[in-house]
Amino acid sequence: MRLHLEPGGVTGRFDLSAVSRRELNQALHDASAGESFEVVNPRGAHAVACGITADIDVVVRGSVGYYCAGMHQRGRVLVEGNASTGLAENIMSGEVRITGNATMSAGATGCGGLVVVGGNAGARCGISMKGVDIVVGGDVGHMSAFMAQAGNLVVCGDAAADLGDSIYEAQIFVRGDVESLGADCIEKEMRPAHTETLSRLLAAASPAGDGVDASEFRRYGSARRLYNFTIDDVDAAARQARERSEGERDAREAAR
Amino acid sequence: MCGIVGLFCKTETHRHELGRLTAVMLREMRDRGPDSAGFASYDAGTPDRTRITVLAEGVTVDWGPVAAALEGLLAAEVTVRAVHDHAVFATDGDGRAARQWIIDNVAGATVLSYGAQIELYKAVGDPDLAAERYDLASRTGTHALAHTRMATESAVTTNGSHPFATGADTCLVHNGSLSNHNRLRRFLEGHGESFQTENDSEVAAGYLAWRLRSGDTISDALEGALSDLDGFYTFAIGVADGFAILRDPIACKPAVVAETDDWVAMSSEYRAIARLPGAADAEVWEPEPARIYTWSLAA
Repeated sequence: MRLHLEPGGVTGRFDLSAVSRRELNQALHDASAGESFEVVNPRGAHAVACGITADIDVVVRGSVGYYCAGMHQRGRVLVEGNASTGLAENIMSGEVRITGNATMSAGATGCGGLVVVGGNAGARCGISMKGVDIVVGGDVGHMSAFMAQAGNLVVCGDAAADLGDSIYEAQIFVRGDVESLGADCIEKEMRPAHTETLSRLLAAASPAGDGVDASEFRRYGSARRLYNFTIDDVDAAARQARERSEGERDAREAAR
Repeated sequence: MCGIVGLFCKTETHRHELGRLTAVMLREMRDRGPDSAGFASYDAGTPDRTRITVLAEGVTVDWGPVAAALEGLLAAEVTVRAVHDHAVFATDGDGRAARQWIIDNVAGATVLSYGAQIELYKAVGDPDLAAERYDLASRTGTHALAHTRMATESAVTTNGSHPFATGADTCLVHNGSLSNHNRLRRFLEGHGESFQTENDSEVAAGYLAWRLRSGDTISDALEGALSDLDGFYTFAIGVADGFAILRDPIACKPAVVAETDDWVAMSSEYRAIARLPGAADAEVWEPEPARIYTWSLAA
């Protein structure tokens, strides 16, 4: 973990058994680029380190509750422990990492940045992801990447049932077994560009992706059968346009 | 929303402080359900001696004559002690018959539980008040369940509070809502179960009671629940010799489990578990959807 927590480099230390979470979050919102913070005794508190907008580093020593690092915009957050529902929900950029397990909806609706779960992630990991990259060192729960729109979900372990149900254009890489694929999700060919993307994400996720090689993964994505319009509709529209232009041409020729 | 907690002591280590630890967990779940709260705890009890916990909500019941009438019915000695608006009867007679007699004959009384090991208390209002009023902290035993309620399917009354228990030493706390409870209630009533509320969760408790009474193991009963109960649920279940967890196949309602050599704890949120002794070193995971988890004292 590349946190800038050099000895003496911590500019703020918050003990959540003594100060309120609101004080912590306000301090993080007021921080300037380059500052580093340490949070101790989180004891499962919700909304720890939410909405960070500056390029800062935060390390949380212990397990957190819901929506940790939610709406994360910039900087790096590391949780040494587990996280509950909605880790890094709607992350825009920057990095959020946890060493342990995440429960439901890790990285949900994320638009950018990197989320790393060292252990396992629960149900609906990456639900409705819109550009975030998520790397999970272990397994993911059922309905992960549900309605995923963009970004990459990398699973170094196994994926539970209904992976990628109703997926749009996100890519899923799974190293282990996939219990079942959801509606409209299919296995796809791993081309060099995909291997390159995957290798880059595994390196970025270190140590979560250490010892794991991109060649061991399979790629999954959308069969594109569930989009709002079907190819038949497109054909029908094109045919109508063609007939219309042909009719106009005939009319022009007749007029000559 | 609702908050649920369960604590199962695998070893003797924390049985003397079962109630205190359960109260600590319950308090952390207060935000999830400020309407009302309740708890059930299991102790060794006395073999073949049934305790029946009864609530009189909004009425004053003179429990002495009720005990005397029960003695006549059961042809066995019946003792009673009042605990605020609850009463705990104890008898060597038939607990199930006693439960039904109280339901049918004591106006304003609701039978909350019966069994050799269980006692169950519930109240409207701040969960901390319920814990204090019925002295949860002083309870000892092997396992306990507790609930904080945010009502959705029925009114905010003490009778709508969890846990629910309709069968011997079988109780349940529920986060979620069931959609087929009315039909299932009628079915179960035709098969010998009796209900005292309009609550969906009571039906789930009645379903398990019916299956267990028919000879099922708790695993069999929960396997049946997966196909017979329609709706959203995370359940924590107590039986005489064990503890179980079940989530519906979609698993929208939260649950987290932690286990050490000494205990298994389950809660809606990790913060309820974080306060337990040894939590930092516990194995923590999210129970999988539609998977039955059981722990038994016999094991």
